[in-house]
Amino acid sequence: MALAPIDPKDPLGIDDLFDAEELAVRDTVRRFCAERVTPHVAGWFERGELPTVRELAVELGRIGVFGMHLEGYGCAGASAVQYGLACLELEACDSGLRSLVSVQGSLAMYAIHRFGSEEQKQAWLPRMAAGEALGCFGLTEPDVGSDPASMRTHAKRDGSDWILNGRKMWITNGSVASVAVVWARTDEGVRGFVVPTDTPGFAAHDIHHKMSLRASVTSELVLDDVRLPDSAVLPEVVGMRGPLTCLNEARYGIVWGSLGAARTCLQAALDYAATREQFGRPIAGFQLTQAKFADMAVELHKGLLLALHLGRRKDAGTLRPEQVSFGKLNNVREAIEICRTARTILGANGISLEYPVMRHAANLESVLTYEGTSEMHTLVIGKALTGLDAFR
Amino acid sequence: MKIVVCVKYVPDATADRGFNEDGTTDRESVDSLLSELDEYAIEQALQIVESGVEAEITYLTVGPDDATDALRKALAMGGDNAVHVNDDDIQGTDALGTSLILAKAIEANGYDLVICGMASTDGGMGVVPAMLAERLGVPQVTYLDEVKVEGGVVKGRREGDTATEQVEASLPAVISVTDRTGEARFPSFKGIMAARKKPLESKDLDDLGIDSDEVGLSAAWSTVDAATARPARTKGEVVTDEGEGGVQLATFLAAKKFI
Repeated sequence: MALAPIDPKDPLGIDDLFDAEELAVRDTVRRFCAERVTPHVAGWFERGELPTVRELAVELGRIGVFGMHLEGYGCAGASAVQYGLACLELEACDSGLRSLVSVQGSLAMYAIHRFGSEEQKQAWLPRMAAGEALGCFGLTEPDVGSDPASMRTHAKRDGSDWILNGRKMWITNGSVASVAVVWARTDEGVRGFVVPTDTPGFAAHDIHHKMSLRASVTSELVLDDVRLPDSAVLPEVVGMRGPLTCLNEARYGIVWGSLGAARTCLQAALDYAATREQFGRPIAGFQLTQAKFADMAVELHKGLLLALHLGRRKDAGTLRPEQVSFGKLNNVREAIEICRTARTILGANGISLEYPVMRHAANLESVLTYEGTSEMHTLVIGKALTGLDAFR
Repeated sequence: MKIVVCVKYVPDATADRGFNEDGTTDRESVDSLLSELDEYAIEQALQIVESGVEAEITYLTVGPDDATDALRKALAMGGDNAVHVNDDDIQGTDALGTSLILAKAIEANGYDLVICGMASTDGGMGVVPAMLAERLGVPQVTYLDEVKVEGGVVKGRREGDTATEQVEASLPAVISVTDRTGEARFPSFKGIMAARKKPLESKDLDDLGIDSDEVGLSAAWSTVDAATARPARTKGEVVTDEGEGGVQLATFLAAKKFI
């Protein structure tokens, strides 16, 4: 039998490694993005806004992306691979959209699902899964990034209540959230708090002048004597293990998501190079351009195999945090390189919002450092290989 | 009541589609999917149930092994179960033969309302619903833009070129719905997970009591003699305006009989 011709969109035939249900999840997200988000997202990016975030959240809730990999409480109970494919499609549209979903599902919902009380789960998870309530996750602070254990936000006991004070910075979904999962130091160690955002003393201010993730809400959280009942604390975890476990979840989504941005840019460059003529022929026919395409495709599809491998391990319960670091380090690094290379193929058009490449390249600048910088993931891998800790 | 939605597994209309040497559709080299026009039929069935009509929704398809993909997709959108008629002897069956297979399968399943899309996106055939109604001996109400089921009657609106018709038929009946009935829903993830557990039954011609001579390419009343790809678009004529561009344009349009 003659071999089927190669599919330029899937040259390694990786699609054969997904089952029908996984492909169905991918199709749903792909179609949703194509119909509901992609036509608008460049405009949102240009204006630096997400004007219909609440309607968008309800629509995303209807298809079931929020907390899709969690069980019960209105969540879909999908596999890690299905979640990864959803992240990839979301980020193929825009990293801001994927960030909205990551923060909601992998950070805020996951924290409550994993470490929350039954009461907290009942109160928040069904509404969050439906997209009726948005959540945010407050760990990073103005002066605290890679070393979150040195956080300044603190909570003190006052009778049976807690009084929360501090600042959280670069918080996705901050000003549109109904609930914030806030991490603070206490006398017992770091604790997580489920903070309804209408609690007196809580304020969220949007961060402007961003050059990246412009179609995403990013805020500063201000906590001034926020009084919370004892039932607001996440009962099931004390210490940095809490927030770090959540971050590991979100990072896993980035391993897949970043490749979505890369895929869109590679496709845009292929389309452009096929019709752009210089010296009397399409630039896709020039050797230097083809070398770029070959390198981009090799890295994109290698990255996809890596993501899938990690996903299968996650579904099998054998995925280690160091392996997620491996995936995030490689896939974001390669994705941003692919987007930048695509930019060069589009020439001046590459910097225009008429094409998706500059938007994706700019977005990935954030993805490169959030949820653990490339440097931190490098050191995590370094420690895994040598047994020596370079940063603690 | 029982609603049967007929769906078709078709080659992706956005791909480069072609024919086999015998004039039948080439299903090997192109990915196939649930016909987009049938998604409107599914949506209407789901909306009928959501409007409060108690009904079991069964999806029915006639197609090769992979056609279960179309049924799983439909089940992911909603509904209860599915029937897949699959038999090597079906290959090459035309609309008339398809309507026979569908009719037998629908009779075997039981039905009060049969809902079809307005046409298939591969063959462009829109006659099957009418043939099906004829074979079942029940009323047909085709090309509906709006559908409602009330008190044993299916009602709908049909937009014509010159008039809008309000039509209705007593159940059981066969209807077809257009792409103006309202956008089909996305299968939700919960729906996708649930679809896995919904019953999907496979049947062959024997099960339906159909003789293989009655269907297939050899029994088809219509054949594809030849297929030629549409020629590539030629470059348009460029009118350079040197003071009499308007005249040139008018001459061009008149020559092409546009004016």
